[in-house]
Amino acid sequence: MNGHKRGAVSFHRVRKDFGSFTAIHDLDLEIEPGELVTLLGPSGCGKTTTLRMLAGLESPSSGEIHIGGQDVTRLPANRRDVSMVFQSYALFPHMSVAQNVAYGLESGGTKPRQAMSMAEKGLDLVGLAGMADRLPSELSGGQQQRVAVARALVLEPQVLLLDEPLSNLDARLRRRVRTEIRDLQQRLGFTAVYVTHDQEEALAVSDRIVVMQGGRIAQQGTPRELYETPASEFIADFIGEANVIDCVVEAVANGSARIAVGNLRQEMVARGATPGPAKLAVRANAIRLLPGPGALSGRVLSAAYLGDHMEYEVETENVRLFVIAPEDDRTLSRGDPVSLEFRPRGLALIA
Amino acid sequence: MQRDNRRLDVLLLAALVCFVLLPWYHIRGGFFGLGWVADWRSDPDLWPGIAQLSRFWLWPLPILAGAAVALRLLCPAGRPRGTLLLTIGALGLAWMIVEGLSIGLRGWNWSLLEAMFGDVNGQPAFGAGAVGLGLCFAGMIAFGLAERGALKGDAFVIGAITLLVFLVTVFVLYPLVSMFTGAFQDFRGAFTTEGVRNNIGDPQVWSLRCVTGSGGCGVAWRTLLLAVCTATGTTALGLAFALVATRTGMPFKKGLRLLTVLPIITPPFVIGLSLILMFGRAGFMTELIEDVTGWQLGRWLYGLTGIWIAQMLSFTPIAFLVLIGVVEGVSPSMEEASQTMRAGRWRTFRKVSLPLMAPGLANAFLIGFIESMADFGNPLVLGGSGGVLSTEIFFAVVGAQHDPARAAVLAMILLCFTLSAFLAQRLWLGRRSFATLSGKGDGGRHAHLPRRVAVPVIAVVAGWSVFTISVYGMIMFGGFVRVWGLDHSLTLAHFERAFSISVTDGIAWTGVAWNSFWTTMKIALIAAPLTAAVGLLTAWLIVRQRFPGRTAFEFALMLSFAIPGTVIGISYISAFNLPPLQMTGTALILIFCFVFRNMPVGVRGGVAAMAQLDKSLDEASMTLGASSPRTLRKVILPLLRPAILAALVYSFVRAITSISAVIFLVSAKYNMATAYIVGLVENGEYGVAIAYSTVLIVVMISVIGVFQLLVGERRLRRGPGNARKAAARRTEEVPA
Ligand SMILES: Nc1ncnc2c1ncn2[C@@H]1O[C@H](COP(=O)(O)OP(=O)(O)O)[C@@H](O)[C@H]1O
Ligand SMILES: [Mg+2]
Repeated sequence: MNGHKRGAVSFHRVRKDFGSFTAIHDLDLEIEPGELVTLLGPSGCGKTTTLRMLAGLESPSSGEIHIGGQDVTRLPANRRDVSMVFQSYALFPHMSVAQNVAYGLESGGTKPRQAMSMAEKGLDLVGLAGMADRLPSELSGGQQQRVAVARALVLEPQVLLLDEPLSNLDARLRRRVRTEIRDLQQRLGFTAVYVTHDQEEALAVSDRIVVMQGGRIAQQGTPRELYETPASEFIADFIGEANVIDCVVEAVANGSARIAVGNLRQEMVARGATPGPAKLAVRANAIRLLPGPGALSGRVLSAAYLGDHMEYEVETENVRLFVIAPEDDRTLSRGDPVSLEFRPRGLALIA
Repeated sequence: MQRDNRRLDVLLLAALVCFVLLPWYHIRGGFFGLGWVADWRSDPDLWPGIAQLSRFWLWPLPILAGAAVALRLLCPAGRPRGTLLLTIGALGLAWMIVEGLSIGLRGWNWSLLEAMFGDVNGQPAFGAGAVGLGLCFAGMIAFGLAERGALKGDAFVIGAITLLVFLVTVFVLYPLVSMFTGAFQDFRGAFTTEGVRNNIGDPQVWSLRCVTGSGGCGVAWRTLLLAVCTATGTTALGLAFALVATRTGMPFKKGLRLLTVLPIITPPFVIGLSLILMFGRAGFMTELIEDVTGWQLGRWLYGLTGIWIAQMLSFTPIAFLVLIGVVEGVSPSMEEASQTMRAGRWRTFRKVSLPLMAPGLANAFLIGFIESMADFGNPLVLGGSGGVLSTEIFFAVVGAQHDPARAAVLAMILLCFTLSAFLAQRLWLGRRSFATLSGKGDGGRHAHLPRRVAVPVIAVVAGWSVFTISVYGMIMFGGFVRVWGLDHSLTLAHFERAFSISVTDGIAWTGVAWNSFWTTMKIALIAAPLTAAVGLLTAWLIVRQRFPGRTAFEFALMLSFAIPGTVIGISYISAFNLPPLQMTGTALILIFCFVFRNMPVGVRGGVAAMAQLDKSLDEASMTLGASSPRTLRKVILPLLRPAILAALVYSFVRAITSISAVIFLVSAKYNMATAYIVGLVENGEYGVAIAYSTVLIVVMISVIGVFQLLVGERRLRRGPGNARKAAARRTEEVPA
């Protein structure tokens, strides 16, 4: 095995057919050792299939998968140096927490006594030291999730796979656990592939995000790259809820572009734009609504109060825009005429 | 790779042992008795394969095995070696089949071969050595496939599939084929169509004279008529019971569910027997009615009417069991939705509930149809002169006429009926289940029946329950009466005759029943774990593994569910009476018969249980580095414990109560309880027969009771029991 590449993953032209349906189209993907990569995309886009092929639970129809420099395409799951945290956790209900964690070690030939003491350490790592003798059914959802993580981590795999690991937790817990997972990953330095359909989660934990659509990679990059330079309307909409509208780039100079939307003129970062008609992604929270008419006028279609902010739907020039406004005293209501302004930092031209 | 070589070494060693040490041919006294060890020196028939090489047709086998050894020594594990190994295994197995089927006890089995190759000496049937070597060749096929990388090279899974295909071929397909070909042979083995021609158009089978009013109808039509009547009746009654149990306020509803246990623990002819005690010529109801009305009732019970009543009693609980699932499966929210749309209870029932149940009703009908066709015990006791197919088959074999061709033809007709029904059920109904069970707990309650339905339904159910109870009461009572119909004084004489023990010098089992009783227990105890193992292994492969031909495999297995016991019995005799496989008269044939007859139920149970186990549990185990046998052993089996116990108990009980196949296969040495009881009935010894049946029923009830205790023990979900245990543990942790 290629020692220095421990933890590297590569997909080479991997394709997966289910009968006549192609779930994954010729996927190429490189993952560096120690990186946390997120597969992000809407339901049914092939994230789980990709992850399962990496785990060895599904065989690719063609192409090659390498882990740590070794071709594992034909290896069954139990002979690959990866472990997986399942969406449902898949804790063995008839084994105690400690037995669950020790299970993989014993499968690998570790003596039971030693496996148990390693399991205790693993539980310590996720903060469940006192719970070793409980059955999984006697734990809360969050605790079960941490057992699943501990069970995968004690094997010190080259790559840790997580399939929507937080989807069974409530919103508050989700935030805490995702920070814990990210901390662990940075502390221990393992490679991780993380599947989620929640863009906020992806932005929060990843070194790199791979956005998938219909079995293909739509775009990949750091969270900031994806947010600031979406390659398509789909990405712009999927990451950070953008409104995509038509605009005209009037002039480009010194890395700055002047664009026009209706009568509204706006300066923004050019990032390689050329003059002519273009698509503009406008983040929902980058739109400011002022009462009364202006350069870009519109009308409020609906308004919803959400505590710390307001959500509006506004119609202007025959397009509907979704707007998130901080709750202040200038609350607008349905039917009010408004004028729109854009904050430059929330704008991106789509290539 | 390391493990490829290790398992191949074991296999080759086993092949060596089979060829060099174990007796190659069948031993009359039985291999497991080890009686042969003493005189193997003097009798060349007892020698292993290596000493049998004077028979030239055995030469290819050591050559192929030697080739496999050479391959192991010269060639590293991998795809090319896998291909060669696969070829060697396939050739070896194919050759054994060919030579085994071609050369029988007295030489060539077919005159054509004799004309081509001249005379040869005959050979006995395969023995331990030959069977073992055959399995080793099958193993080479499996390991060859594994080395070629099939199913990700999982040798365990491939081995299991190969073994199962091998077993199903030998014990399900081969007997049927051999019965079929047997019909076309005369007693010397030459091809003839005479027997088939004589029987297939026999007016006794196909006559329709009863329609024109000039005599009796053929046995095929009678059987069909009976099956349709029984299926209709049991479905209607089963639905009535299911409705009462779920949708009325009738008291004793819980007790109704106990009814579903009855057909499992009742030997099939017991109902018929009890009906004779009530309505036969000397039955007490007959006498009562004749005394009161002055009519002469005569022998009305013997014939289709009697069989029909007995089958209604026997199979209504089965229909109930099927339909209670159907009736409960109709989601209450459907009915509630209908009611909120201004439909009254009657309209809701007629327009929503009943149509939703329709596929379930059709299913129950087909099950009743197949059960009735396959029933052997009741027609045997009650048939009189007008039998049905299953009994006609029996008499064609054992009766004075001894006509195997007739038996085979009748068996094929019966098989056609049941298989058509089964196929209809699978193909037509398979996808049409509206049952809306979601496992989520819909909430809501089933609407009660409208009054105009409830009243008659409850009346019917109550009446039938009383009838059933009195029939069973008769079974319990009949064993204690001196001579039924003549002398009703109470006595223990029948039990004494059957089960007496004398303790003068050591224990002597002097009762007449002990012999068959212990044989039954032994064989049932051996067959039960084998059935459960084969059934659950199959279920695991079907549910959890993806392999080519999986659906066909599953379908073939389920098909064997529709083969009537009589057909199995007769096909086993024709397959296993002569070389290459000779097992008639042994305990082995009974065991195999039970295993493959009851396996489909084990498979169904296993499939149902495994469908409830999240697949991610297996996958988690695999990604944690466990091999598939380890996953099976550590994760699946412990979680399937209830299903395993159920399969064990079911196959144990079925082995005790079954009669239709068994009656062909028992011998003086290995007699089974049911066959013995039928013998008693034929001799008119009703008292002892009933006493023996009572004891069997009590034994089975105890077994089921113990089983319930065992299963009810452990729970894995959050439940009050666990919460309490956990709480207790937590309080223990706190120092006092
Ligand atoms: N075993 C299967 N058989 C057929 N189609 C499948 C199977 N598994 C997944 N698919 C299909 O492949 C596509 C991708 O599925 P999946 O990878 O589970 O998506 P997700 O991104 O939501 O995890 C879906 O359209 C799904 O229907
Ligand atoms: Mg998924």
